[in-house]
Amino acid sequence: MTKTHVTTTINGEVTEFLCEPGATLLAVLRNELQLTGTKEGCGTGDCGACSVTLNGRLVCSCLVLGVEAEGAEIGTVEGIGGIDKLHIIQEKFLEHAALQCGICTPGLIVSTKALLAENPEPTEKEARYYLAGNLCRCTGYDKIIRAVMDSAEAMRGDA
Amino acid sequence: MSEAREYKYIGRRTIRPDGFDKVTGRANYGADLSLPGMIWGKILRSPYAHAVIKSIDSSKAEAHPDVMAVVTYQDYPAVSSGGFEPGDGPTDLCDLARNILADDKALYHGHAIAAIAARTEAAAEEALSLIDIDYEVLPPVMDVADAMQPGSPVLHEDLFTKGLAEQPEKASNIATRMELKKGDIEAGFAAAEVIIERDFYTPTVHQGYIEPHATTVRYDEDGQSMIWCSTQGHFDVRASTAKLLSMDLGKLKVIASEIGGGFGGKTTVYLEPVALMLSKKSGRPVKMVMTRDEVFRASGPGSATRSTVKIGAKKDGTITAMQAKLCFEAGAFKGSPMGPGCMTVFTPYDVENIYIEGYDVVVNKPKVAAYRAPGAPQAEFAAEMVINELADELNIDPIELRLQNAAKEGTQTVYGPKLKAVGLVECLEAAKNSPHYKQALAENQGRGLAAGFWFNIGGQSSVIINMNPDGTGTIVEGNPDIGGSRASMQLMAAEELGIDVSKLNPIVADTEHVPYSATTGGSRTTFATGMAVIEAAQDVVRQMKERAAAVWNVTVEQVDWSDGVAINTAGEDRLTAAEICQGADRTGGQISGRGNINARGAGPSFAVHLCDVEVDMETGKTAVVRYTAIQDAGKAIHPGYVEGQYQGGAVQGIGWALNEEYIYNEDGVMENAGFLDYRIPLASDLPMIDTIIVEVPNAFHPFGVRGVGETGIVPPLAAVATAVSDAIGVRMTNLPCSPPRVLKAIQDTA
Ligand code: FES
Ligand code: FES
Repeated sequence: MTKTHVTTTINGEVTEFLCEPGATLLAVLRNELQLTGTKEGCGTGDCGACSVTLNGRLVCSCLVLGVEAEGAEIGTVEGIGGIDKLHIIQEKFLEHAALQCGICTPGLIVSTKALLAENPEPTEKEARYYLAGNLCRCTGYDKIIRAVMDSAEAMRGDA
Repeated sequence: MSEAREYKYIGRRTIRPDGFDKVTGRANYGADLSLPGMIWGKILRSPYAHAVIKSIDSSKAEAHPDVMAVVTYQDYPAVSSGGFEPGDGPTDLCDLARNILADDKALYHGHAIAAIAARTEAAAEEALSLIDIDYEVLPPVMDVADAMQPGSPVLHEDLFTKGLAEQPEKASNIATRMELKKGDIEAGFAAAEVIIERDFYTPTVHQGYIEPHATTVRYDEDGQSMIWCSTQGHFDVRASTAKLLSMDLGKLKVIASEIGGGFGGKTTVYLEPVALMLSKKSGRPVKMVMTRDEVFRASGPGSATRSTVKIGAKKDGTITAMQAKLCFEAGAFKGSPMGPGCMTVFTPYDVENIYIEGYDVVVNKPKVAAYRAPGAPQAEFAAEMVINELADELNIDPIELRLQNAAKEGTQTVYGPKLKAVGLVECLEAAKNSPHYKQALAENQGRGLAAGFWFNIGGQSSVIINMNPDGTGTIVEGNPDIGGSRASMQLMAAEELGIDVSKLNPIVADTEHVPYSATTGGSRTTFATGMAVIEAAQDVVRQMKERAAAVWNVTVEQVDWSDGVAINTAGEDRLTAAEICQGADRTGGQISGRGNINARGAGPSFAVHLCDVEVDMETGKTAVVRYTAIQDAGKAIHPGYVEGQYQGGAVQGIGWALNEEYIYNEDGVMENAGFLDYRIPLASDLPMIDTIIVEVPNAFHPFGVRGVGETGIVPPLAAVATAVSDAIGVRMTNLPCSPPRVLKAIQDTA
């Protein structure tokens, strides 16, 4: 099968790859570009482990084709916080023990960042509904919601 | 156990040492490893729930240009039937072999039949359709009650019921019958003034870990083969795989990746022995990752059950007799958690007369795997529902009724030992005094309460603490960290060594770098591996004191150790751990402590959960509006992760009670094998989950620790179902209390 050449921007870096027409953005990120921070829990848009932003919009990368990344801006967990400084959301997840196994965490960090960009002052209910697409089987969500609400407050305080 | 001991580190909510990697996406899980030259493996699965495999023709697949290996059951050395203990309880090697790849019979829809390795994942997938299989389809048996009927289709012609007075002559689906008793059950019921007997059903459920099974392997003819995989126990992956491929343990290295949830479901092998055989045949590293569909159809699940519980009591609330019949589905091969179900069902109660019978029954569903407190949620659900009905019948508060009959220190369990100090009464008192229990209920709301018990286990754990020349230390352990256990190991080592947590780095080593450690399961890790950490730390301290004594030319007895500093009691001298490590080259070489133990004395953990729900009478949909989980931790090493275990267990239990179930069609095909239709709880389904940590120390652990991981899933089934029953005025005895079932119950009584 002929592969398509795609030029895109991932976490601010211009990136090129060759892609089968049917390959998902998730498969490209993980298998071609070795950006394995984005996880696969289902491949059918039901778990949110593969959450990334596409031109600022939160999407399941398992439901996006690799070729759709052409000319787009992609944001993954690898672009949030880093060696020198964690993002507030990441710090709050650690502080609140909001992860157990951690497989849902990259997706939740990406989704929480998108939530707080859209709505810096969510109610608990709004946070719960925005994050309803991110499954976590370990925590029962209590500590995740606390970390999200605390992040929102801290980020407002910083602004 | 010195209760007065003041802790410096234990009980602190430290940041977990592996946290940075996990919030930044750097942590590597099962599917995250690729190797040079790697190819992809895929499995062909049975489209029938029950069928004879008459022939397999893989010649067309083998001719495909991208296919590099095809593997079936026939590629493995013959194994003989017989128990061995690779992981969570005994496994029959023959059954294990026939589960990873079917022999002459497909026993469930999704049963692995053959595997292909090809250059790309897509090519492997495509080539599966080139394998020709001739099946003779048989009628499936999908329910434990049907499977126990004399005329039922039989899965295994060589399965004869164990545990009967007389050895049966005919094969059946009942693998084992067991019986537990105490006192005189007839006399117990004769003494009762009220007797309640009910039947219960719980469905097949899945552990539902978010990370699918995944592995990358490399077979090496002469040297060292390697398996990288997501597992709760890499030593047991090594044991099972080495047995199936007839290899020496020393020739197989297993590296545990970070693990994205397990809950018991990653205590066995599915892909690893298949991937390694594909690698052997192709000469290439092989990666295999299950889809979510495969996870549902061919891994896990937890047993469906049918049970009957009968309880008799006096009018004053004294329980005189408890009786249960528990029938557990094992899936396609024997070995459901029926045993622990029987052992736990009535353990929260100190009652004289008990009779329990259990059945382990095969059906055409995937072979069940352990699921958090395996067997206990289903069994105790039935018991707790009857206890709650009894409380209503006697007009006694459900907490008071339980307090009146609660198991406590000295209670004779039906399965053997007398209980040591346990925290059930303390949990019940905490429930009684909680703000939750005092809250008034609104319209269409109901309340439920239930107790839960789980034994917890100990077992073998190995830990090495290597001190570095700058006084920092590496804690080398062999238990995959599934929920923050590295943080607990770090805290316990810091406490014992008197060295700050920031200077101690816990790592999970592969099977070559630390001696055998039993699987992360049975709530054993913080307890047993924690004990090994303490022992290794004490070994380090002993050596530190010897070195200081040598420097000062005094006896070891004259050296004290406090806060990470050696003190010469015969003088003014002090040496810090860092100074001793820096000078280790001059005092006899580097310092390294060991703790290789087989831990006994795991303390059981009791819990009490309180649940308030609101039911929409028009639709039958239930919302949990208030929830409190109360549980005895013995001693909470890291309270944040202890609370997390309570909350996670509670919410899995809420899912089990309200929505989760395998739905099969009449051909035995699961119809909801995805997260959209097998609905685990979402953030928007839940309230905050309040927790109360009760601490009744376990006398057998230096810090008083009890395992906390599993008990939390035991009470929710009955707590939630009782709350729903309370709201709608109908007793819900069949799970899940999903909207259609609840609506039907409402309409049937209207
Ligand atoms: S992997 Fe994309 S939503 Fe689950
Ligand atoms: S922490 Fe394990 S799935 Fe969320």
